[in-house]
Amino acid sequence: MNGICAAAPSWVTAEMGFPLELIALQAVAGVALGAVYVLLAIGLSLIFGMLTVVNFAHGAFFMLGAYVGVFLLAGGMPFWLAMVVVPLAVGSMGLVVERFLIRPLYGRPIDDPLLLTFGLAYVVVELVRIVAGKQGIPMEMPEALQGAVDIGIGFFPIYRLFLIGVAVAVVAGLWLLLERTRYGLIIRAGAQDPLILRVLGVQVARVWLMVFGLGTGLAALAGFLAAPLQGAAPEMGIPVLAEAFVVTVIGGMGSLLGAVVAALLVGIAISLTGLFAPEMAKLSIFALMALVLMVRPQGLFGRAA
Amino acid sequence: MNPLITPTRRLLLGATAATLAAPAFVSGQENPIRIGFPVPLTGPFGAEAQDQVRAAEVAIAEFNAAGGLGGRRAELLVRDDRLNPGEAATRTLELIERDRADFIVGGLSAAVQLAINNVTKQRRVLFNSISQSDTINEASDWSRYTFHEALNPHMTAGAVARYAVPKYGKRWMFLIADYAYGNEMLRGFQRAGRDLGMETLGDIRHPFGATDYSTFMPRIAAARPDVLCMVNFGRDQQIAVRQATDFGIKRNTRIVAPVLLYTARLAGGGPAFEGVVGGTSYYWRLEESVPSAKAFNDKFRAQHGNRVPSDYGALGYGGVRTVLESVKAAGSVETDRVVEAMRALRYDFYKGPQYYRGCDHQSVQSVLVLESKANTVRGEADVFDIVATEGPDERYLRSCAELGHG
Repeated sequence: MNGICAAAPSWVTAEMGFPLELIALQAVAGVALGAVYVLLAIGLSLIFGMLTVVNFAHGAFFMLGAYVGVFLLAGGMPFWLAMVVVPLAVGSMGLVVERFLIRPLYGRPIDDPLLLTFGLAYVVVELVRIVAGKQGIPMEMPEALQGAVDIGIGFFPIYRLFLIGVAVAVVAGLWLLLERTRYGLIIRAGAQDPLILRVLGVQVARVWLMVFGLGTGLAALAGFLAAPLQGAAPEMGIPVLAEAFVVTVIGGMGSLLGAVVAALLVGIAISLTGLFAPEMAKLSIFALMALVLMVRPQGLFGRAA
Repeated sequence: MNPLITPTRRLLLGATAATLAAPAFVSGQENPIRIGFPVPLTGPFGAEAQDQVRAAEVAIAEFNAAGGLGGRRAELLVRDDRLNPGEAATRTLELIERDRADFIVGGLSAAVQLAINNVTKQRRVLFNSISQSDTINEASDWSRYTFHEALNPHMTAGAVARYAVPKYGKRWMFLIADYAYGNEMLRGFQRAGRDLGMETLGDIRHPFGATDYSTFMPRIAAARPDVLCMVNFGRDQQIAVRQATDFGIKRNTRIVAPVLLYTARLAGGGPAFEGVVGGTSYYWRLEESVPSAKAFNDKFRAQHGNRVPSDYGALGYGGVRTVLESVKAAGSVETDRVVEAMRALRYDFYKGPQYYRGCDHQSVQSVLVLESKANTVRGEADVFDIVATEGPDERYLRSCAELGHG
């Protein structure tokens, strides 16, 4: 008991020399956390990059993904199938939102879609509270992904390793779509100069519709995969939105590579401060963001404005 | 000054006062007894708050069904304080000034109940607090009008430590939500632990409302404590327990919480919470040994679609019922007389014998120690076993002198 004082930060009293294995394990935890952030931020970044819509409803779609997943699993659908159906279902809702709510606002100041999605998020959260209750619902992970496995430097949850895999697959898939397909070419061209694209006879409105659907589908996938870690709750999208914005700003709005690098940076920053100064963990990502903004205001991989 | 105006104005003022006073006087007998009930309906403790309202409604219905105070009925004025001390203070002031609440019951979080207490203390309105706090007992915050129906962290953490240290071991590690509740509970554990030979391997603080605890787990696993004590509440607790389980912490370590919440357990799921031990003021299966618990549960079931009350929910019942019984005993809603009646109350309304200690109005009562189980036997509400009960005894409270009373 000697030397333990409630007022002193814990790292003062903890042994300062952490074993190397612990630091390595901590870094792995950071990468796994980064994988969650990748899934979270990539849809937000995509929508901003292509549509210049700051989507404040991103957290709400994340939460919808968790709830749709909970209900599908309760209805007997296997986890692996739900992992495909959830993004499709919520992505379809995203299509409807873009078509009837966002589209009329194109050409207006950037605040208009921002305010609209901000309000939409409140409506969605409130609807979920009414339909599914305020209490939150647990979601179990599939049997095969339960428990922890010894990765040489210590035990680590299998599910979080699985999340790293999913993030890699999603990023690879998106990269292939954007860089190696004709459709991706159109999307990238649309981000550069929608007018020329229209002149060339491409239906830009349809491209934007699909991009918004894709972005919301990715948010839903992130929410579905987060549910076994924290359960589904109506407010789960709120803190997540702030984190996704931090990642997007650090990486550079609209940059796929930026979102990936920034997500990993943020994950590792949180993890390592979590080891040495736990009470600073949350602050560290904002400090990181401030630092990046001072040096590169457009973000690590953003185009200069 | 024009001498002609003065009497006219005085007359006018007098007339206005009379017209204002008259209807109030006439309808005085008809006025319901108003209990203001500020609780955080929105936010992370929404589920608990909602259940507190349900239980408070049971106490109100019961009072009215028995004829009220000579025909005067009771009324519950529920307000959402959004878990924000400033909001809670404003709502409380409105309840007192505008809605003419006779008494205030409520508050869910240490900071919020202190903000409410601050207002009721100034306005000399009786406040019965129904969530945990040590500070509210202390002379600097306490007033004659302050009652505390809930347990306090000192009692709760003490009971859990006295159960868990001998059973699971002395090497403890703490994961603490960094706000008043977390700090008060930690103090409670370490103080009880002093006599039990508890050794603190580390205390890791996380921000209130965190959703990821993975970065704290490697260090906890590396320390291999006998006990990992999760000093957090509501959704924080539910997520932290789940993620500790994912990391395989339970292989070498017993997870303990000061307060094991019924709602958090339901939302967290059986497998994650299996074997987790913690304290509580109430669990519905107390009805197997305590008749008043059975009576309360039955009333709650009848009024709320056969569900059972949660721990914090039950406090909503206790908090309102003690006030209304004191109103009956005093035969009046006058604050000073109700305060005296409440001080004299010796009651068993839902969990066995209780009374308010004279110096600080802390309800002296039993603390239950629960263990969570994976599989339910008596329906889906059957999530805990009561593994120990520490009876009502003032020696488990901090002394009046220590709190700064007289």
